[in-house]
Formats: sequence, C-alpha cells, structure tokens
Amino acid sequence: MSSLENFAGRQVPAEINGRDAIPYMGVGGRKMTGRKAAPLIRSAADYPASGDKRTPSLKEALVNAGLRDGMVISTHHHFRNGDLIANQVFDVAKELGVKDLVWFPSASFPCHEHLIQYLEDGTIHHIEGSMNGPLGAFCTAGKMRGMGVLRSHGGRWQAISDGDMSIDIAVIAAPTADVFGNATGDRGPSACGLLGFALADSIYADHVIAVTDNLVPFPCLPWQIQGNNVDQVVEVEQVGIPEKIVSGTTQITKSPDRLLIAEHCAKFVRDTGIMRDGFSFQAGAGGTALSFAIYLKEMMIKAGVTAGFVRGGSNKYLVEMLEEGLTPVILDGQTFDLDGVRSMRENEGHQNTSPFTSYNFHGKGNFASMLDVVILGATEVDTDFNANVVTHTDGRLLHGIGGWQNCLASKCTILAVPSFRNRIPVILDEVTTLCGPGELIDVIATERGLCINPRRTDLIEASKGGSVPILGIHDLKREVERICGGSPQRAKTTDQVVAAIQWVDGTTIDCVRGLS
Amino acid sequence: MSTPQESPHETWTGSAGARGPKVRSDCWAGVELRESGGLELELVSKVESYYGDGIRSLLRAGCEALGLVNAKVRVEDGGAYPWVLMARLEAAVKDADVAGEDWLPELEAFATTSTSRDRFRRSRLYLPGNEPKYMVNAALHGPDAIILDLEDSVAPSAKSAARVIVRNALRQVDFGTAERMVRINQGEMGLADLSFIAEHGCHLVIIPKVEDAEEVHAVDARLRELTDAPVLLMPIIESAKGVMNAYSIATASERNVALTIGLEDYTADLGVQRTKEGRESLFARQAVINAARAAGLQALDTVHSDVSDPEGLRAAVLEARGLGFEGKGCIHPRQIPIVHEAFVPSEAEASKACAIVRAFRDAEARGLGVVSLGSKMIDPPVVKRALKTVEQAVQGGVLDASWESEEGGS
Repeated sequence: MSSLENFAGRQVPAEINGRDAIPYMGVGGRKMTGRKAAPLIRSAADYPASGDKRTPSLKEALVNAGLRDGMVISTHHHFRNGDLIANQVFDVAKELGVKDLVWFPSASFPCHEHLIQYLEDGTIHHIEGSMNGPLGAFCTAGKMRGMGVLRSHGGRWQAISDGDMSIDIAVIAAPTADVFGNATGDRGPSACGLLGFALADSIYADHVIAVTDNLVPFPCLPWQIQGNNVDQVVEVEQVGIPEKIVSGTTQITKSPDRLLIAEHCAKFVRDTGIMRDGFSFQAGAGGTALSFAIYLKEMMIKAGVTAGFVRGGSNKYLVEMLEEGLTPVILDGQTFDLDGVRSMRENEGHQNTSPFTSYNFHGKGNFASMLDVVILGATEVDTDFNANVVTHTDGRLLHGIGGWQNCLASKCTILAVPSFRNRIPVILDEVTTLCGPGELIDVIATERGLCINPRRTDLIEASKGGSVPILGIHDLKREVERICGGSPQRAKTTDQVVAAIQWVDGTTIDCVRGLS
Repeated sequence: MSTPQESPHETWTGSAGARGPKVRSDCWAGVELRESGGLELELVSKVESYYGDGIRSLLRAGCEALGLVNAKVRVEDGGAYPWVLMARLEAAVKDADVAGEDWLPELEAFATTSTSRDRFRRSRLYLPGNEPKYMVNAALHGPDAIILDLEDSVAPSAKSAARVIVRNALRQVDFGTAERMVRINQGEMGLADLSFIAEHGCHLVIIPKVEDAEEVHAVDARLRELTDAPVLLMPIIESAKGVMNAYSIATASERNVALTIGLEDYTADLGVQRTKEGRESLFARQAVINAARAAGLQALDTVHSDVSDPEGLRAAVLEARGLGFEGKGCIHPRQIPIVHEAFVPSEAEASKACAIVRAFRDAEARGLGVVSLGSKMIDPPVVKRALKTVEQAVQGGVLDASWESEEGGS
C-alpha cells in the first residue's frame, strides 16, 4: 500500500477503503471549497398520507430499506454501553445472508463485542468509527478486512456532510417517537437524553429507520429528530438500557492521585483568572474530569463566580451547578447519567446540542472554540505536547476519539493525565499515535504538577505565584523515567495499516499499524 | 499482554510478594532451589511489552548478586517498579534460606536529607509496609511525614518481605520534604527491623505499644550499634500502663522528639468501647500531652479512621489541637489538607512567630550570631519553626503577606 508523509511527519495511507485519502496539512491547512453533499430528493406522495410509517419489525424494515451487500449502516451511542440496536441490526443482516457491510457507528462500546463474529464471518467488512476494548483488539491484530477509520464527533458530521461517507441505512434508537418518525431521547422508559449523534444521519442517510419502545400519539414533543427525515418507524420491546449509560468513564474517581490532578486543574483555572464571571468550561468523561468540576464548583462558590455557560457531557454534578445557579445554561452534547437526562427534560437552561453546533469544522464556527477552558484525557503525551487518545504505548487500539479533537480548539486545553500508569510512562519523547497536534494543547496536568506549553507565554505569566507546581515537561519526563526504570520499549508493528486517524478537517493525521 | 496465573508447579523453596490479576505496581517471586542445572528464569509480566527485556536482565543480575546458582525463579509481575522487583526477589531468596548478600538499590540523593527535632509533624501518613503501590506518590499529597509501617498493617506472614520493601523504598522513593518515619514491630522483632532501616535514610523510628522506658532504651541501644546517623524516636503509648509511665518513656532517650497515642489498643486495655466523643480516653490523651510537654517533646494525636468523614476529621483535629496535640495521623492522602487546615496557626501563635522572625532578621542585620527575644536566647530550630508558622499563617489567611513591612513591635 502506498503511503505519504503528512504535515506532522507521519506516514499515512494514500488510500482508505478505496477512497483517496488526504494527508494532514497542519491546523487550518486544508481549505475546502465547493458544495456539501445533499440528501436524496423524496416525494411525500411516496409516503403514507396518514403519516403512519410503522413497520412491524426491524427485520422487515431492513428488508424494505433494501439491505444488501456492501451497504453502509449507521447506529449511535446515546446508550453508550447499554446499546441494544446495533447488535440486532447485524443479527438480522446475518440472518438474511447479507455480506460486506460497513458499520459506521458514532462510537462503539464493549457491548458490541457481539459483532466480532460478524467481522469474522464476512457479514461486516469493516468499521468506520471508534473501536473500544475487544473490537479495538480485533482491529489491531490485523483481523479486520477493511481499514478502520477513526473520526472525532465533529469529524463524523463533516465526513457525512462533505460526502466522504454516504450512509445507506441509518437505524436510530429512539426512546420516544410517534408514527411519523418525530423522535426524542429525553423521555420514555428508556430515556437517554438526546439524539444529537444521530442528527446528521437523519438528514443525510438514504434511508432512516427510527426504532422505539415508547410510541406516543402524534406529535412527539419535543422532536429532536424530525419525522420528515424518517422512512420507517419500528416498535420494539426495548431500545436500550439507560442504566448502562453510566459506564466506568463517567464515575467520580476515588484515586487520591487522580483527585490531586483534578484539584491541580481547578486551582490552575482559578489562579490564572480563567475562572471569572461569565466564563465557560467543558470537562469530558472520565473520573478526573468529573472531579475537576466538583473542585471548580467549590471554588466558584467561594469566589462568588458564576459561569456564562458550561458544555456537557452532562452529569449529576453539572446539573447541580445549573440548579444551584452557578451556570444559567448547559449546552449538552451527551448525557452521561440519568440526572442529566432528567435535567434535560425539566430544565429550560439544559439545551441539547449536536456535533453540528458544537464540533463541526466545516461550518460557520462551532461552540468548542468559544470555550474558555476544556479538560480532557489522553493515553500519551510527548515533550512537544502532541497527544494520543486512541492507542496505548504497546500499540493496541483501545479508545475512540469522541469530541476530544474538536475540543482542542478551546482557548485553553488542559490534558489531565497521570504521569505514569502502573509503571507505564504517559510522558514520552514521541506519541505512538498522533491524534492532537501540540500547538493546540496548552497544559499537561499531572499529579506531579502542570506543564505549560512554551507557546502559551500568557498562561505561564498568569500562573506565576499560583498554588500549583509548574514543571518543565522534560524535567517531568526525566522524573517519570527515573520512577519507571527508563523509557519503555516501543510497539513492534507490521507494515499493515489497520486504522486511519482522521483530523477534524477530514485529512489523515496518523494511522495505527498491526501488531507483530 | 498476559496475566499472571497460578503455576501448576508449586514447590517453591521460598517466595515473596503479591500475585493475581489485580496486583498493580507489585510482583510475586518464587524460588525453587536445585542441585544443578543452572538458573531457569520465568517471567509473566503485565508490562512485558514495555519493560520485559529490562526486567529479565534485572532479575538475572539479581540472581547473581544474591548468590543463586542452581534454581528455578518465577516472577509474576503486575507492573512492579525496579526496586520492588529487587525487593521481592531478594525476599524470596532469603525465604529459601540462601545465605547471601543484600541486593541494595542505589541510595538516591533525596534519601540522604536530614530532619530536625523541632519540625512540624501536623500530618503523618501511614503507608502499609508491604504495599509499594501507595508509596511512590505519597509525598505529592504534602504530608509533614510519611510512615512506612512494618507493624499492624503487615500480615504476620509478610513481615520479612515488608522489611525489604521498606528498606528499598527508603533508598529509592522520593518522599520530598516529608519526614521519613518507620513504625517497627514490638519487642525482638522490632529490634530486628532496625537493621533494615537504620542505615537507609530513615529519619525517625516509631516504637509501638511502649509500656516502659526499657523498651525505648533497647531501641536506642540497638540503633547506636547500627548507625551513627541521628535517628529520632517516637514512642506510641497504647495501654493503661504506658499512660502511667508516659513521662519516664518520654525522657528515656535523647532521640525522642514526640509522643503519640494509640486509642484502639488503649480502649481495649480498659475494656471499653471507643466512642466518637472520646470521653473514655480523655485522661490518657491529657496524660500523654502533659508528659510530652514536660519532657520538651511534641504530642501527636492518633488517626481518624473513618476516611469518608471529612467533617468528623476536622472536628477531631480541632479538638486535639485544643487539648495540646500538634499533629494527627492520616490513613488516606485526602485527610492531609483537612488536618493542615485545622492546624493553621492562631493569631496569637502567628504574632509570636512574627516576633521571633523579626528578632532573627534583626540579629542577622546586625551581624549577631545569637538571636534573642527580650532576655531569652532563641535556638536556630525555633527560628526555623517560626518561619514555617509565619508561612502557614500567611497561607491560612491569618497573617497578611506583607506583615514584615508593617509597623509592629515584638
């Protein structure tokens, strides 16, 4: 396979799953022109005048949709590890003997291990989307026939709206819907919050199936998905398990070291004056990020500061801030627990958003760049502040990108990471897989103190006299290597590219190679 | 990556450490002595793909250093730091009764710093002596002291292995500005513990369940045999008899810098329940404080054992402080900031410290070698402590940062 060197000096494939690939051209380096992709023209005359689009089963709906070999099928991760629909879609495909499908999920979770059998027997050709846990291990072992493609949430919207990815059938798990296909996630027995990750699919896919376990009389209010974009509505027993939204990455940490990292971040935000009336922040999933919000809240109360808006992933703690008047608004992209779901339904200031509003790079701006500060995680960072969020140092692909790349556009991006994990250093000379360029990463926050990107002289100045230890990143790396016993061996890989990592603009910033 | 598993072959002559899939930052080593056949090394490591080669060469060097010639060695590693791998192998070899040398990791520069009698000991963080994973980051939480515990937190079967871990931790782990304390075992076992710590960077030895001055004398004497280092002592009073002998215990050795109290054993000795209010131990606490003060030592309070009760801890520290204690034991890092906050100096303490610091600066400016306040001479450690009090008062908001430029006499 021919490869090209991209702007970051990484060798990336010239072709991805039969499409020409464009190597990463630097931050803001690629300027697209032309028009976006458009959905098919449909005639209302072809749909029931009664508005009743019900089909008795998912299987019949998929047959009606013309499911056949090689199609691109999308599903969504609003239920996170409690998703039931993706597995059922491919069970049907297997039953129908359909082959070589491309699964285009907004994210995958360990519950999708079920699909490995279909990757093995040819029902699924490859996955374009995040691959967590077992799916990631399958991919890194070089067993997937096509190349995995990892995109950020914003990058996925962009790939759909630019026409890089054309979806044949989108199957949307809808906690509440009416017969016309209007649907919402904020209510019903399986309420999961919002359906923002399915919004692009509902607009652009050739065929849209809404699956619900709570059919309400027309009209379903509010509608997060418009029925005018929906072809069929299917009623099932259960669309998802909302309790499983709360997975490991959405619980408060008990680790004293991680609490210390979170506290360092909050103190930095306070000491540098980022925390001031009207400011905004986003803290992603992950115990450290959640704990950050708790510390920050205490500091805001003490200083009498209120935010202008906060961005979710919403959870219990953000909801408390909203309900206690510490922020007037949560702009929510994803509910991380059931308190978030309830709040979205009950609180006027709890606004559901989509990757279009928050993250899409090929739009007229997005919310991410307006944030004063964002706290993210990473699997590795290097001394140039480049970061990895998808692979481990041993080369295994274990995580998706999520909104991570998109959030790097914020005014201050802090990566909250332990400096080593169980003897494995997190601070390295060079990241295994480049997911985010160092020029967008401002602070590495560890249990040992904070490293500020030398480019951010303003932050270096503002942090002086603060209460958090500030370290040089090379000094930190030396200390970590002293503790861990030298720098780790690097992964031994094959030449086979098993997955491509896309940048927010649709270029390829790096790739993952198979493990030997 | 592979997970350590039980080996079907379990005829180890000696072993040490922790095994199983949940083990982190630690390892298990087994040694089977053989008549011949040289060395057979088996390694199963969670960090094989990161450090496998390095671990193997470290273990081989260790077998040579420890005098192991014909043996099978199996190590199941859950991401142990090098000094932990070294400790587990050494302990396993010694458990197999191989009489060899110690296998000492380097004594790092930060392990050779000294301490002082009069330093603050507001918080002292207990670290179980056989649990290396808690040690490496302990100092980051800012305790005034860390305690590597060989006594109650170590299972009887792990006592020997813990000694080697504690020794290597003292030599290799950066405990920052924290004072390095070790709590030894009672009696003969405790005296034997001393040879694993005395020459390896331990600042202070905590002697548990002390009932009379003789026990302190014994530790003092053994330390004198082992090292020239000025290792300090802190007896714990944990019984009715100990309380009655508190003053003679406090004055038993020049090395004594503090007395502390253990209430679980004390209340058991009295045959009463330990209550939150602590009325049953008020006499003992006051007796210990009084004995310590009379002997010129610090009095330090016991631990607050409910980790999930920050408010209870705060109240307990404020009460202890009111009684005259100057420090509190911590069993979780998150207790440390609460303890420090509760020990923020009072305004009276702060102004006394300011006076001492002013006198010190004045003496410095006039080129005097001796600092005096009124008619009283002030020792350098007292000045040092006053400087620290001032710093804490400023941090705690009791004193303005610009206090020195303000008018005010001593």
